[in-house]
Amino acid sequence: MAEIIVVTSGKGGVGKTTTSASLASGLARHGKKVAVIDFDVGLRNLDLIMGCERRVVYDFVNVIQGEASLKQSLIKDKRFDNLFVLAASQTRDKDALNKEGVEKVLKELADDGFDYVVCDSPAGIEKGAFLAMYFADQAVVVVNPEVSSVRDSDRILGLLASKTRRAEAGERVKEFLLLTRYSPQRVENGEMLSVKDVEEVLGLKTIGVIPESGDVLNASNKGEPVIMDMESSAGQAYDDAVARLLGEERPMRFTTVEKKGFFNKLFGG
Amino acid sequence: MFDFLFGTKKNTASIAKDRLRIIIAQERSLAGGRDYLPLLRQELLEVIRKYVNIDADAVKVDVAKEGEHDILDISVTLPDERASAA
Repeated sequence: MAEIIVVTSGKGGVGKTTTSASLASGLARHGKKVAVIDFDVGLRNLDLIMGCERRVVYDFVNVIQGEASLKQSLIKDKRFDNLFVLAASQTRDKDALNKEGVEKVLKELADDGFDYVVCDSPAGIEKGAFLAMYFADQAVVVVNPEVSSVRDSDRILGLLASKTRRAEAGERVKEFLLLTRYSPQRVENGEMLSVKDVEEVLGLKTIGVIPESGDVLNASNKGEPVIMDMESSAGQAYDDAVARLLGEERPMRFTTVEKKGFFNKLFGG
Repeated sequence: MFDFLFGTKKNTASIAKDRLRIIIAQERSLAGGRDYLPLLRQELLEVIRKYVNIDADAVKVDVAKEGEHDILDISVTLPDERASAA
């Protein structure tokens, strides 16, 4: 059975696509067979972040409408043979997706021996976001340590607990928080909500804390998920998050201010 | 003393946390806040099952309106003692 993970947030621009690309690549690096699906019909971007934008021939909507087979539409990743991207349609609107179609695609992936399906949700709480979460077994709620993002995440948590297949069956979707754009220095200065603050407000555990890092932009410029850059703190933090998703216990890194030595301070480290 | 020398910096993170706590509690308790019912039901089921082995559909959770108040109506059907002993 394929494990279905939705990456969602409510608010836009918090790092859902960056997170989807990195989680999918990280799971593939662990040898899992992974598909990552862009549910943002009309505003596709996962293909750019994964670096496969010029190889999109058929997309998710083509498969659902029966215009192409799933096999024709899955784009094999350049870096991992066991990772596939299903792009969103750029020309259709969100009504082109429907529950039955999505279910059929997910079932076909499970029958094809996929271990994980990562669903990259669009922002908002409309149809695309609803369909991305409906069949999920697990949810990674991406949140910035900032008031509007935290509030929107709570809204999404409410929907995960009521408007999903699992909720309708009296079960629960396994939910995790993933904090992005975290700045330990600003937390220490009392200018930013801490991991603990966000966990307390939302009543949920964190699976990863991604520090604010210029490497995220560099990675997206290149079309390479930031998790591939294991020199960067963001890449390492995503790698930790993937390990935790797979049940490994790892201590949180990059959540405290690095104490610079006297000489580093003098010469700007 | 140091505040006097360096100027007081307001801890805006704690203001953010307090504001979020209030607005989220309020939003969870509003109409849309009923979203928590399936989860509450599931958690109740898990707790009760630590003591009594009950069916998945033995716990019912509902909200009823009585006058101006909302009543949280929870009912749990326990298994038949003799049936389970047999």
